[in-house]
Amino acid sequence: MVNLTIDGKQITVEENTTIMEAAAQNGIPIPKLCYLKGINEIAACRVCVVELEGKDRLITSCNNVAEEGMVIYTNSPKVRRNRRTTVELILSQHDSHCVSCGRSGNCSLQSVANDLNIIDIPFKMEIGKQAWDKQFPLIRDSSKCIKCMRCVQVCDKVQGLGIWDVEGTGIWTTVNVAGHKNISEADCSLCGQCITHCPVGALRERDDTEKVWEAIADKEKIVVVQVAPAVRAAWGEELGLKEEDASIGKILDALKRMGVDYAFDTTFSADLTIMEEGNEFLKRFTAGELKERPMFTSCCPGWVRFIKSQFPHMIGQLSTAKSPQQMFGAVMKTYFAEKIGVSPEQIFTVSVMPCVAKKGEREMELFYEEYAGHDIDVVITTRELVKMIRSAHISPDTLEDIESDRPMQQGSGAGVIFGVTGGVMEAALRTAYYLLKKENPPADAFKAVRSPAFQANDGVAEADFNIDDITVKTAVVSGLGNTRELLGKIERGEVHYDFVEVMACPGGCVGGGGQPIHDGEELAFERGRKLYRLDENAAIRFSHENQDILQMYEEFFEAPLSHKAHTLLHTEHKRQEDEV
Amino acid sequence: MSRLEIASPNRARIVMEGLYKDLERRIESSPPGLCPVDMSRAFLDLCHAQTCGKCVPCRIGLGQLSHFIEDVLNGKATMETLDIMEQTALSIMESADCAIGYEAANMVYKGLIGYRDDYIGHIQNNRCTCTYNQPVSCVSLCPAHVDIPGYIALVGEGRYQDAIRLIRKDNPFPTTCGFICEHPCEARCRRNMVDDSVNIRGLKRVAADFAGEVDPPACAPSTGKRVAVLGGGPGGLSAAYYLQLMGHQVTVYEMLPELGGMLRYGIPNYRLPKNRLDEDIRSILKTGVEVKHGLKIGQDITIQELREQYDAVLITIGASTDKKLGLEGEDAEGVLSAVQFLRNVGKHEIMDLTGKEVAVIGGGNVSMDAVRTAKRLGAKKVSIVYRRRMSDMTALRGEIDGAIAEGIELQTLKAPSSIAVDEKNHVKGIYVTPQMVSAIRDGRASIKPTGEEDIYIPCDVLIKAIGQNIETRHFEEAGIPVARGRIVTKRSGTFANMPGVFAGGDCASGPASVISAIAAAKVVAANIDEYLGYRHEISCDVKIPEPHLNDNSPCGRVNLTEREACERICDFEGVENCMTEKEAKQEASRCLRCDHFGYGIFKGGRETLW
Repeated sequence: MVNLTIDGKQITVEENTTIMEAAAQNGIPIPKLCYLKGINEIAACRVCVVELEGKDRLITSCNNVAEEGMVIYTNSPKVRRNRRTTVELILSQHDSHCVSCGRSGNCSLQSVANDLNIIDIPFKMEIGKQAWDKQFPLIRDSSKCIKCMRCVQVCDKVQGLGIWDVEGTGIWTTVNVAGHKNISEADCSLCGQCITHCPVGALRERDDTEKVWEAIADKEKIVVVQVAPAVRAAWGEELGLKEEDASIGKILDALKRMGVDYAFDTTFSADLTIMEEGNEFLKRFTAGELKERPMFTSCCPGWVRFIKSQFPHMIGQLSTAKSPQQMFGAVMKTYFAEKIGVSPEQIFTVSVMPCVAKKGEREMELFYEEYAGHDIDVVITTRELVKMIRSAHISPDTLEDIESDRPMQQGSGAGVIFGVTGGVMEAALRTAYYLLKKENPPADAFKAVRSPAFQANDGVAEADFNIDDITVKTAVVSGLGNTRELLGKIERGEVHYDFVEVMACPGGCVGGGGQPIHDGEELAFERGRKLYRLDENAAIRFSHENQDILQMYEEFFEAPLSHKAHTLLHTEHKRQEDEV
Repeated sequence: MSRLEIASPNRARIVMEGLYKDLERRIESSPPGLCPVDMSRAFLDLCHAQTCGKCVPCRIGLGQLSHFIEDVLNGKATMETLDIMEQTALSIMESADCAIGYEAANMVYKGLIGYRDDYIGHIQNNRCTCTYNQPVSCVSLCPAHVDIPGYIALVGEGRYQDAIRLIRKDNPFPTTCGFICEHPCEARCRRNMVDDSVNIRGLKRVAADFAGEVDPPACAPSTGKRVAVLGGGPGGLSAAYYLQLMGHQVTVYEMLPELGGMLRYGIPNYRLPKNRLDEDIRSILKTGVEVKHGLKIGQDITIQELREQYDAVLITIGASTDKKLGLEGEDAEGVLSAVQFLRNVGKHEIMDLTGKEVAVIGGGNVSMDAVRTAKRLGAKKVSIVYRRRMSDMTALRGEIDGAIAEGIELQTLKAPSSIAVDEKNHVKGIYVTPQMVSAIRDGRASIKPTGEEDIYIPCDVLIKAIGQNIETRHFEEAGIPVARGRIVTKRSGTFANMPGVFAGGDCASGPASVISAIAAAKVVAANIDEYLGYRHEISCDVKIPEPHLNDNSPCGRVNLTEREACERICDFEGVENCMTEKEAKQEASRCLRCDHFGYGIFKGGRETLW
């Protein structure tokens, strides 16, 4: 243990505790900007400086360790003067038009500047502007970037992709796409972790809300919306709703109030995915196709982009099943269009996703016989949904729980947990068990693939399951850095699995790049628990018991893996360079 | 009023003089990877500020050039801007009245030609093509990338054994390098910006002197693979060390009676005491390296045979044959190469030079070793004969100073023209042609004859220290590509046509430093491991101390002292004295810990394994 004095208070902390943590543990929060625990402890912004008695130069509290006998001042006149100057300097290079910034009210720079009561900036304003492809789903606004380097670090250390890098030196130093590439040429997975870890509004998703408003206004269009499982675990955070008040039914109500024609829950198509993917797995498994390498899930578009650019030789191991988003889109423009007696062209499909990569997924190559162009016409993130609710000035406390529209109404608990790491695997195994044994397992039989904590065991959960005399070896991984590690082990033959679930974002879609942002907090695990609670209380917990799915097979698709299912619900994954 | 006054500098002038020195040191420690266009602008603005203002090209032209560069940096320039810049720079170079103007324009012009790609990158993409990727200067300039801030911190805490363990992760010759490393690491030390570079080599010597014997780490489980290493010099032994740690069984073939190569048979004992060299070699051998002495490659065993007997073969034979002067009389008695001369001493075949006059041709470190050794063998007079000036010598400044202190004569600007031989075919002297310094070519002053008559320098022994080659015949016959006196490998140390054969060190690079040979050994060891089907990693679990939070106020550098010249020339014992522990602690505290402060904590501050 180490004894020191901070702001006159005698405190004792464990060895190797940073000064910032030591202060925080004792109720003294030190302002900070670039610091991101475990990821970015580089002392770049200099906002967290403190005074160490006996030394002339200030020291950063984020990356220097508390030592025995230190006397620290976190708010001395010298500290305040320097911290203030530093923030003023940052502001001299920051486009502070907060009113038109999506992060206003949720911006660390804004809070630090407001807390320091900065009113005038005595420096010359020098706001840089770099060009950016505004059509790309990920947008970087250099005029807001404060060069904290968090995006560089998250992409390097957590996602293992290294899309961002520092460029230039001296006053010209900035962040840009690594290797002097443009973002569209880089291997960006579109996971969006750089967005959710940006302290300001320099990184965001492409805003597509206007496209939805236009479609709603267009009398010719029938706007059909789906809402992904993970959205319900987070949308209420920004609207101040408690867990029990932030239900999927209220999202559907909000959408209806905005004027959409039909609103569905993506858990329906998650169940559909399980029917297709579960059957595909059993087919490939029993055919002996997975002896060398496993089948990988394909519902996460960040992961699919990742494997295409990083492990192109393994693309063949991906499940051919489309993701629930894409399946639902295909169903909306065929089965559903028929049901309501309109042509597919009239249907305008919108999906609300916790994800930025879904915006890329909707642009995927067309295969087979999609009827009206792309399965999905517009994707908005959870954050964009919240903005739409706000701009429609819907008061959240007036929202009511409504049911999803027919005939694609039901969704199982298995479909709900699609939004959390391990959930797809657990849902698939519940149905695979049934397909093999013709009876249901206990619903929680496959709990072993659930993550015990955020990023526990390097994001990997492994489990073997015995169904009669068959052993299925499974692994679940989330986070692309963790995924790269696991794929390396698979390639080197150090581990063998039959079925592997991958989600690009740590913790799964609940921690997705399109979710509400809480600077410095990782909420994926907590949100995941909300989904597990919903599953636990769900009326049905097995995808194969979804009556609306069974009815749709009976009326339209005949059976999983049928010809029609193949043309509409499956795809062919190609290497990126083979795509036009 | 007095008619004349003694000039005394005013206060501003004194401060400015100090700032000039600060700037000099700052430029010296400039890290690689900076935007060259931006640096051009900065230099140009400095040059412009030096302008007296009398002449148009300099007063106005330099400012206009600066505006153009700013346009380039701001993304407002076009390709035509480069043409106008070039014309303007040339015009200033041709029309300015004094060097302040024309040399400033010349700097811009050189950049326009030399890093035109970067100018174009700024114009076309508004992006710089350079990447700042070497944040810790000492580590990136060390060919073997030793964790210098790490071991300095350990020395500062008195954890000498841990310091040795950490150094060995990248360099299995810590003691040797503590004595004789050329320390390229110190060249751009950021501490220069405060006062002076940290004495890095001196601190390594401290670690070596105070650590006592430190065992090497445990080897990985045996792979059953066998590797032959040809040549037991620093390169071969380093590769052997890492390959053993990776679990392979290495056999070193050494034609001389003892291991160490040039470290034993080239570098004199007074610079590197052999008992200290043995410390490093003992630790390397503790990993289980096998050694076969007395076999000469090509004569006693062929490459082909070794390829059949081993899973991989590594050639690290060094460069130990001499270059020829090409003068008549070169084969006379008493004329020998420095390599031969020093090797004889290393083999304890001591030549008595008492009362003799010795001349050594060359101005490199080997030449310094030869003259100082000759002095210790009792020579009456020892002279260095060198074509250029003392400041052109490639030897380390400290070595030249050491030689001068020991009474060595410098005969500079004298190019050997012929060797005088007596009737018994024994050398009796050398004729040299006086030279004068001339134009700078490729950054180095060239020489030309003054036209004066040749001068005769009598000598009983003439030693040539003008460079080394390798013995190539057998390797050429075995199909290994050889060109200009060295083995030609790919950058990975491999050959296109010979899987399983590798080469590194002096025999592939040409004569270089110990640390370069060690760096090459790391590369080939990793590539041999991969060739054998593995991917072992070399790491070190020593925990590096947190940096001290001090104000880094200026403090002088501790230099190592030497024994008195008159005393040391009487023996071959070590010349240099180590620091005291107190000095070492102070010197270590001067390290600015670039691994923790600045860019190092963000990127590239520490590679914990390779």
